[in-house]
Amino acid sequence: MSLEAVPARPGFTSDLGRVVKAFPTLLRVGVSEVVAYRAEFLVWILTTNMPLVMLAIWHAVAADGPVGHFDQRAFTTYYLGVLAVRLLTSNWVVWQLSMEIRDGTLSAKLLRPIHPIYALAADHLSAVPMRALVISPAVAILAYVGWDRLLRHDGVLVLVFVASLVGAWLLIFFTMILMGALAFFVESALGIFELWLGVHAILSGYLVPIEALPHWARTAANVLPFRFMLGFPVEALVGLLSRHDALWALAAQWGYVAIFGAAAVGVWRVGVRHFSAYGG
Amino acid sequence: MALLRRYAGLFRVQLAMSALTAMQYRADFVVKGLIAILWMGVTLVPVLVVFGVRKSVAGWSFPESLVVVAWFTLLRAVLEGAVSPSLTAVVEHVRHGTLDFVLLKPADAQFLVSTAKIEPWHLVDVVGAFAIFVYAFSKIGRWPSLLNLGTGLAFLGLAIIILYSIWILVVSASFWVIKVDNLSYLFGSLFDAARWPITVFRGALRVVFTFVFPIALLTTYPAMALLGRLDLKTAIAALAGGLAFAAIARRVWRRALALYTSASS
Repeated sequence: MSLEAVPARPGFTSDLGRVVKAFPTLLRVGVSEVVAYRAEFLVWILTTNMPLVMLAIWHAVAADGPVGHFDQRAFTTYYLGVLAVRLLTSNWVVWQLSMEIRDGTLSAKLLRPIHPIYALAADHLSAVPMRALVISPAVAILAYVGWDRLLRHDGVLVLVFVASLVGAWLLIFFTMILMGALAFFVESALGIFELWLGVHAILSGYLVPIEALPHWARTAANVLPFRFMLGFPVEALVGLLSRHDALWALAAQWGYVAIFGAAAVGVWRVGVRHFSAYGG
Repeated sequence: MALLRRYAGLFRVQLAMSALTAMQYRADFVVKGLIAILWMGVTLVPVLVVFGVRKSVAGWSFPESLVVVAWFTLLRAVLEGAVSPSLTAVVEHVRHGTLDFVLLKPADAQFLVSTAKIEPWHLVDVVGAFAIFVYAFSKIGRWPSLLNLGTGLAFLGLAIIILYSIWILVVSASFWVIKVDNLSYLFGSLFDAARWPITVFRGALRVVFTFVFPIALLTTYPAMALLGRLDLKTAIAALAGGLAFAAIARRVWRRALALYTSASS
């Protein structure tokens, strides 16, 4: 094969037209994959049981009076919200990427006429509808229990919440790409990811509502990106945020999306140049 | 007796191999140690937050709950350091068909696969667990009696047997359904609940965590034994139940192995 026959490596921004055309097909492939491996899919969903365990614990704690302004009902809506937002926005790009880089299967994907980041995005977006279906009972309970405070019955907050979900998905996706792409340079990319997971569990509001954290941790949580991946959409949903605070948080979140998006694409670009799998 | 000596020798060899492998990757060793310390902190934060607002929760005071957390940390070290790595390797063997080579070796297959891989950096967790024990009991101001320690140790043995048995059951499942590696994540995520005393759970969760996935036996009862709050009858019933569990797991493994027909079929 002559060199001319090899298509030019797709760029991240240069071939948007092709991406738009291919995306529906990629999504369809993803959905049928989810349906084919439905048992595995369900087991993955069940691994996210920590919010329910924490809910049980806070229920026991709040049995004899509210904690701060969280009573038992507020804890129920909060942790069901955490469960829903977490399942809608989480993905496993880090494992996928670091493995494909290490065992060289990434080379084949680089030859495809679509940038691997878009392919990964389609792969993980296509799991969202099924996940939404599985968690709909939890969302129904949340709406029933927390109706009087849900989104504060404010149209603006509804829009903010939807935008914050999209933002959270993108933010998580880009950080995962960023950390996965570190496998281009270092061997223990998954070790770094595990450190990140530990900090995330505390500062994102996953284990404990950010309000209940000690003062210094709350300050850190408000500045660092973790809260914008999980805690912020949940707080908006269950009515813990005023319109003013929510709009500010949304701005910060999308700022982080821009920063992490640029960083992910940049590290990827340098990494691919650096990358030489076996035989390539 | 000769058989026992042979297996002791085999165990020593397997252990030495694991240690050598671990020492090959020294930088990794340090990173993993740091991660272990971080996760210990992550484990403690919710407990600290909860007891920051209440003096006692569901009949457990702060230092008493710390005893449960210490048991949890100790068992997690055993699970992630000695049980999980080996058995995850079995799942890989089954998927690739390389289990054949293990089965051909002239020793018990369950023994061989269970001792294949040990990750020594989890010793950090063991040290952490003891630090939490010491802190908790010094806060309580009363140290466990010899009898309590004895019962506690018996429960440690039992807990390891139960963890191992559940794992063997999960791995046996890999002979029927190949994609089982996420079952191990499910197992790990359920085990995380063991850091809390069983009494904080109500209703269905309490039943599940006592009988189906017995975290009560893993951490709550051992902690009660150390604290001298466990009566003899419950202790004996728990021990008997745990041993029965292990016997069932061994039988299931034998059945599953009989079904194994290598990768191509």
